[in-house]
Amino acid sequence: MSDQMTDHTESASGSEALEAWRATFAANPQRDVPFTTLSGVPVAPLYTEADLPSNTDDAIGLPGEYPFTRGVYPSMYRGRLWTMRQFAGFGSAEDTNERFRYLLDHGQTGLSTAFDMPSLMGHDSDSPLSLGEVGREGVAVDTVEDMTTLFQGIDLGEVSVSMTINAPAAIMLAYYVVAAEREGVPPEQLAGTIQADILKEYIAQKEWCFPIDPAMRIMGDMIEWCSQEMPRWHPVSISGYHIREAGSTAAQELAFTLKDGLTYVEQAVERGLDVDDFAPRLSFFFNAQIDFFEEIAKYRAARRIWARELKETFGAKNPKSWLMRFHTQTAGVSLTAQQPLNNIARTAIEALAGVLGGTQSLHTNSYDEALALPTEDAVRVALRTQQIIADETGVASTIDPLGGSYFVEAMTDKIEADAYEYFKKIDELGGMVAAVKANYPQREIADASYELQQEIDSGRRVVVGVNAYTEGAVDETPLLRIDPSIERTQIARLQSVRAGRDSAAVEASLAALKTAASGSANLMPLLLDCTRVHTSEGEIIDALQEVFGKYTESPVF
Amino acid sequence: MTSQTLDTSAPASARRLRVVVAKPGLDGHDRGAKIIARALRDAGMEVIYTGLHQTPEQITETVIQEDADAVGLSILSGAHMTLVPRIVELLAAQGADDVIVTVGGTIPPDDIAELKQLGVAAVFTPGAPLEEIISFIEGAARKPESL
Repeated sequence: MSDQMTDHTESASGSEALEAWRATFAANPQRDVPFTTLSGVPVAPLYTEADLPSNTDDAIGLPGEYPFTRGVYPSMYRGRLWTMRQFAGFGSAEDTNERFRYLLDHGQTGLSTAFDMPSLMGHDSDSPLSLGEVGREGVAVDTVEDMTTLFQGIDLGEVSVSMTINAPAAIMLAYYVVAAEREGVPPEQLAGTIQADILKEYIAQKEWCFPIDPAMRIMGDMIEWCSQEMPRWHPVSISGYHIREAGSTAAQELAFTLKDGLTYVEQAVERGLDVDDFAPRLSFFFNAQIDFFEEIAKYRAARRIWARELKETFGAKNPKSWLMRFHTQTAGVSLTAQQPLNNIARTAIEALAGVLGGTQSLHTNSYDEALALPTEDAVRVALRTQQIIADETGVASTIDPLGGSYFVEAMTDKIEADAYEYFKKIDELGGMVAAVKANYPQREIADASYELQQEIDSGRRVVVGVNAYTEGAVDETPLLRIDPSIERTQIARLQSVRAGRDSAAVEASLAALKTAASGSANLMPLLLDCTRVHTSEGEIIDALQEVFGKYTESPVF
Repeated sequence: MTSQTLDTSAPASARRLRVVVAKPGLDGHDRGAKIIARALRDAGMEVIYTGLHQTPEQITETVIQEDADAVGLSILSGAHMTLVPRIVELLAAQGADDVIVTVGGTIPPDDIAELKQLGVAAVFTPGAPLEEIISFIEGAARKPESL
């Protein structure tokens, strides 16, 4: 898959000691396993000083200083720990509100909202396409009433809130702004993040509403509006998480994600925004897979590439524009349905990689998630895992403790170089939008995931409890069950909102939205108007689809 | 329709099995479905992958039109207890109840038992080896004829 990482040791000073070691090493037998990372990168038996970048000071530097390899802030976790942010959402807005309060009571420091599939795809709960999906994988939100209930009793001026939604992100943001407004919290006080990373939907997560070009326009409208109205808000979380979950390598995750981000910057600049007006509000979201050092190197390389591109390519002057701040989530795909308690160990190791990689916030998966949505007990273990890392292990006492490690620095350089190779290929295809339309990243990911699956099936790569150390009996794991009556309750709730609203005002708001969509006006103010008169998400999406059309994928596998 | 048929050379000894790999419901997790589709194709079967976000009606129509021996349903959204029974029902109503139905995804053990009672031939959860899935479909699809 990739070349041997570096072989500087060959050309090293030729120190006699090293040569002697090399001879001894070669004379001894090695275990018969592939010494490659999870992404297939060969790993040398030993790294030495010769593997460090030649311009160590420039490449590695100091925390809080360009190119930020060692971290985006000068004090990192000595100043403030990462935000422990567990993603939650299921059932009705009331159910999720209860889970949110539970998490805040147990020491969680930020909220993260999971929406159900119909909400992610822009369907109302009573659409025939929503059958069986309402409130299953996240919370059902149809109108601003649901959004208001979701955050009842939580001070939105104080807590930072993350929302994982993409194609309909502008609508959900409008709902959130209006819900907060009702509580007396103006948009400029709202802190948090909305994912809104539409390119990775076509690449990996596959929750779309419109063809790529209009989807990019809606996203651009939202970023522009936020840069003027919501100074504490991150209007996009450029996400590699789903790319990795879909089966990419670490280098692909890094390259496609950063290229998506650079494409959004390019678009905003083309709209006439000053890069320094919005770049400080961009944030990232990466996966933490099980290959410990490869992951740490990935985060370090990501910071360096982003800083360089923003400074050198886009000419950003504000140092805050150069900072790649990111959220991390442990890898859902690394969890196994077999012997689920083993997942606690996997998650702890992955979380530690995120922390040693300098993450700003972290979600740890629960051990039962290969089987169902997590139970409250499983979620608590996951949160406690982060608290153990933070308060017991001592890893947060010093900044970037792995900086200068021969292996980690060499791996950082290698992933960085691989990412630039991908940038080159994408540029040759005409940029990221053209590459996505040509299925290029989709095909690369499908190939990588198939290769990995074959390695696992052949037993060359061990997955404990799956292809090694297996046990016949199935563990009895208590699982969370979603009450199927939630679908009926939610539909009734939506219908009562419809019955109580001014339908002429709804029609007028949708007509105005369609007119604006056919032109080039920013759609955010119109979405806020729709929200205030209780127009539902499905109605807004349907209206926009009349103008923009729908998206159909040609799948590659 | 987003159906796509892929040809590969088959062993001369046996009739090529036709398998529809389908993604019912709204979730976009297609990694598993695509890996299965590719593995079945590499094993010499003719694979029709429906693409994402298919309704039970669309899937049933594809199975009938393609005259499939088996259909593999990949669901990771938690909606399996609504969507799978509906597909089994629609297939039966169309006289296609001889089609082997398998399910893959995050399916809790209690639901597996219930799905099997409804007529689902096998349920594969995360970690199931490709070889096991391939040989199951081979075995199940060929059984009545080869006896």
